Amino acid sequence: MSVPAELRYTEEHEWVAIDGDTASVGITDYAAQSLGDVVYVSLPAVGSAVSAGEPCGEVESTKSVSDLYSPVDGEVTEINEELDGDPGLVNAEPYGVGWMFRVRVTAGADGEAALPSGLLSAAEYDELTKSAG
Amino acid sequence: MFVHVTSQPKDTPLRAVHERLGATMTEFAGWLMPLRYGSETAEHLAVRSRAALFDLSHMGEIAVTGPAAGEALDYAVCGWPSALAPGRARYTMLCAPDGGVVDDLVIYRQGDDRFLVVANAANTAVVLDELRKRCPGAVVRDETAVTGLIAIQGPNASSLLERVTDLPLDGMRYYAGAYRTVAGCPAWIARTGYTGEDGFEIFCAASDCERVWTGLSGSSADLPAAGLAARDTLRLEAGMPLYGNELGPDVTPYEAGLGRVVRLDKPGDFVGRDALAARAAEGPRRTLIGLVARSRRVPRHGYAVLSQTGRRVGVVTSGAPSPTLGTPIAMAYVETGATRPFGIDVRGKTEPADVTELPFYDRRKQR
Repeated sequence: MSVPAELRYTEEHEWVAIDGDTASVGITDYAAQSLGDVVYVSLPAVGSAVSAGEPCGEVESTKSVSDLYSPVDGEVTEINEELDGDPGLVNAEPYGVGWMFRVRVTAGADGEAALPSGLLSAAEYDELTKSAG
Repeated sequence: MFVHVTSQPKDTPLRAVHERLGATMTEFAGWLMPLRYGSETAEHLAVRSRAALFDLSHMGEIAVTGPAAGEALDYAVCGWPSALAPGRARYTMLCAPDGGVVDDLVIYRQGDDRFLVVANAANTAVVLDELRKRCPGAVVRDETAVTGLIAIQGPNASSLLERVTDLPLDGMRYYAGAYRTVAGCPAWIARTGYTGEDGFEIFCAASDCERVWTGLSGSSADLPAAGLAARDTLRLEAGMPLYGNELGPDVTPYEAGLGRVVRLDKPGDFVGRDALAARAAEGPRRTLIGLVARSRRVPRHGYAVLSQTGRRVGVVTSGAPSPTLGTPIAMAYVETGATRPFGIDVRGKTEPADVTELPFYDRRKQR
């Protein structure tokens, strides 16, 4: 089970990569393996506002459907159009070509992108999935 | 759809094999079973295009034996087992006195005085109990723990099985079975399955299970294992009912479109006869239909089926993305007389779906 050290994570099994004020978001290897084959990903519209911890899409697999949560507050700037024709990319490379959407993160009082305090480090996320069995 | 129990799940005789193959295991009806080995979609498509192996050792095997076994079963189930010739099998049901389905079964006549009743894993105990009550003139024995069941399913099943069995498969009829050997182990080999493809189910001693499995999987470089996830989408595409979804104590065989299995024409009484005869005469109150979604959002078990005016007219019993069709499919019960078009309430948003003939997939029409 891969948990890249440079990423941050949510308890709902999304990963987030921060680059300046842009957050790239996907679901983790653990989530993808638990779901089985992903057959459809419904993503938020470009330009829409998302809120940390709120559902903004759906991930359909053979056996189940799961809500996709935004890890951050902000505005969606880009979605991974490739997933529409090839949702299996999420299983193949959840941290790479299987990414889902990008958000311009709302700035905090200091003018920097404000990240929610609840995001997990790789070590914390690894611990979470291990304790979940 | 998975049944959760609190006690320790039972292992099939093939647990070590599944672990070596890296299977994702799941608890199902009290058993620890392989859900998938890799991609369940690839496993599904392997069965449709080539062949795959399944461990079905969780299924219940109940032997009903003795000179009066056939007549005893005629009273116990709604089919007509005593009319089966030795070496033949039939799909049938055990019904409650009110006509509701206690379980759906395959009964194999393995000899003049021996029938093998195969029950769903979740229902084995209740079927065993009912058969003991309903068949006082026969010996009813639970052989589940000492029996392994391996299925080989797919268009290549016959040519692959042929390499490791002494049973001539050419010309063997669907729903026929015979005692021979597989990989040198004694087995009951039946041309049955739950995938909509040609295939065989091999019943052997639990202690021989690993030898039979490795003999089969070693017969070809292209015979992958398939798990319960693929088994469920395969049977759904084939329009086959699953107990707990399309069948249950509140459903009669007629509503499930399976009235043909109720043999009101057989002599003598059987459990549920009066209720079933009444149900046959009055016609079904609801109908099992097939739906093909126009949206990519998947209708799932329990979702409401809506009329054009938004009235709830039915419920989805099984739904999944269909690997063969490339679109979500579902079976649903709708009120008799409910008019199309139908929509499905997929988590608060109505998605359009087209009614289609069952099954969704018929191998005789594909090839």
